[in-house]
Amino acid sequence: MNQLTLLKLAGVALLYSVPLWMTDLYVLHILIITGIFIIAAMSLNLLLGYTGQLSLGHVAFFGIGAYVSSLMSLGFEVTLIGDLMVSVSRKPVWLAMLVAIAVAGLCGWVIGKISFKVRGAYFVIVTVSFAEVVRLVALNWVELTQGPMALNNIPALRLEFPGLFELSFLRKPMSYTLVLTVAVVSYILIRRLVHSRAGRAMVALRENEPLARSVGVDVTRYLVLATVVAAALAGAAGSLYAHYVRIVDPDIFLFIYTVTMVIMVVTGGKGTLAGPLVGGVIFGLLPETLRAMAIKPEVQWMIYGVLMVLVVYFLPEGIVPAVRNWWKRRNESRVAVASEPSSSGAAP
Amino acid sequence: MDQLLQHALNALILGGTYALLGIGLTLIFGIMKLVNFTHGELYAFGAYMAYMAVMVLGLNFYLSLVVAVLLGVVLGAAIEFVLLRRLRAADIDTTMLVMIGAWIALQNAEQLTWTGVAKSIDNPFPSTPLVIGPVSVSYNRLFVFIVALALIGATYALINRTKLGKAMRATFQDRNTAALMGVNIDTIYMATFALGSGLAAAAGALLGPVFVVYPTMGDLASLKAFAIVILGGLGSIPGATIGGFILAFMEELGAGYISSGYRDGMGFLLIIVILLIKPTGLFAQKERIG
Repeated sequence: MNQLTLLKLAGVALLYSVPLWMTDLYVLHILIITGIFIIAAMSLNLLLGYTGQLSLGHVAFFGIGAYVSSLMSLGFEVTLIGDLMVSVSRKPVWLAMLVAIAVAGLCGWVIGKISFKVRGAYFVIVTVSFAEVVRLVALNWVELTQGPMALNNIPALRLEFPGLFELSFLRKPMSYTLVLTVAVVSYILIRRLVHSRAGRAMVALRENEPLARSVGVDVTRYLVLATVVAAALAGAAGSLYAHYVRIVDPDIFLFIYTVTMVIMVVTGGKGTLAGPLVGGVIFGLLPETLRAMAIKPEVQWMIYGVLMVLVVYFLPEGIVPAVRNWWKRRNESRVAVASEPSSSGAAP
Repeated sequence: MDQLLQHALNALILGGTYALLGIGLTLIFGIMKLVNFTHGELYAFGAYMAYMAVMVLGLNFYLSLVVAVLLGVVLGAAIEFVLLRRLRAADIDTTMLVMIGAWIALQNAEQLTWTGVAKSIDNPFPSTPLVIGPVSVSYNRLFVFIVALALIGATYALINRTKLGKAMRATFQDRNTAALMGVNIDTIYMATFALGSGLAAAAGALLGPVFVVYPTMGDLASLKAFAIVILGGLGSIPGATIGGFILAFMEELGAGYISSGYRDGMGFLLIIVILLIKPTGLFAQKERIG
């Protein structure tokens, strides 16, 4: 076990210890919301960073996860075409979450199959349209989703082990632990995926699609695989969100949330595992910091927009690769100075 | 039958402004290879400038429209000069991110300046509609339609009959060769972005008095413009013109006969269907990207 792994483990342990010493519930709330968005950003990074496809409809999967999970845990009755009545009774929350993840993944599969016929600008616009269609459905299918009246009283997660103990995730310290655990699991899952054969195929087709195709990489298959995993994880994040805030309305599909995820990934560094974490922490905490400074939300969003432009101009690769390069150059120059005491210049 | 005629007339009138929006966006895409997320903001900007000129400064209605369009042209040129000029060599994703950033900043600047309350613009037209047989249309909408057609015609003339238009078409076909032939690419890009922005601002200024003006009005406009452009094929001006009318017809008929809640969803359904059947759009001459 090397130093870096130990450092990572220590970091995770520190994060798990937060509810023990942090008594300010507001801070915990911010950390929970940030954590949920980091999970969503990590899932987007799989598409945007590793396969290189700019999906601007990612919030659709997040919202689908939130809605499916809420509806399953609340139960619903809906009349489909031809008086076909579908009625679902209340399900335990853990089951609702699993269904939400599965449905989001399935939507990812369908969208992947449809939209990977096209690339570039067309792909972006298809994904935007998809999210907008889903939002309109959530807004207008009042019988199922309550439309703008929103789904209320969504139960929080409870795990019961009969005869042993039960865990309620209603309170913030437990919610925090839950979100952190899902985040850690997602991180490990994505890490394993991108370091596998499939992950190498994704990077290959990002770098040079015709070349990847010519050496036999089944491009569409890997793109769809990445979309399914990304959609399922985003669905999990949405489901966590729904059972945490316990109210879901169609505004969850707003384009601005996709933009937030994209900013997180791009700022942190797309195609790096740590990128969405770094970007997520910055853009998760920034709004609260700006709010604490009594800055109007419009100004706050303007700062977002300007930051996004500045990041693209000055850190096009994102923070993590920039820091990594700087670190590498520093070490190289140290080595160069050590081996050549006479030369004053740093290594190129 | 009368109802159908009325819907068709409404669609025709709406289609003119949709076509304006679509042409502006498709020009920018075709020539600059840029997915312009600020397009809807220019539309909102046009509407707000018309509001400012008519309601705040008290200018003449027709003069206000001209002022709004000119300010849109200036803002477009400024965006191109400040944000895009240095990104000539950047790929399509990079410029797209910059445009998204600019869109967020612009929209919130509008919200900050004008607050979130919807504004309406007075117009000098009689409030009684013009009745032609079984159908009726308000004078304001008729005016919007005529001006939109005139602007579409002017854009066609600019692209096909002038030297600037020729240079634009050359840049569209092959940027590097055009540059070698002495076309100043910077000028063409700025002119293109200013022209596209001016058309969007014109659409906003024309529709502002018909509907109401509010800060997020640009979002749907952007998305609809994308739908129109995809429908017609990226970079095709006739495609965008016809696409604008097709989208307007689908929306009107969809809202009239299916459900008014899904009115704005028609465009997106259309995009998805078009891309399933004919991914290059209806009128694209060139192969799609990627």
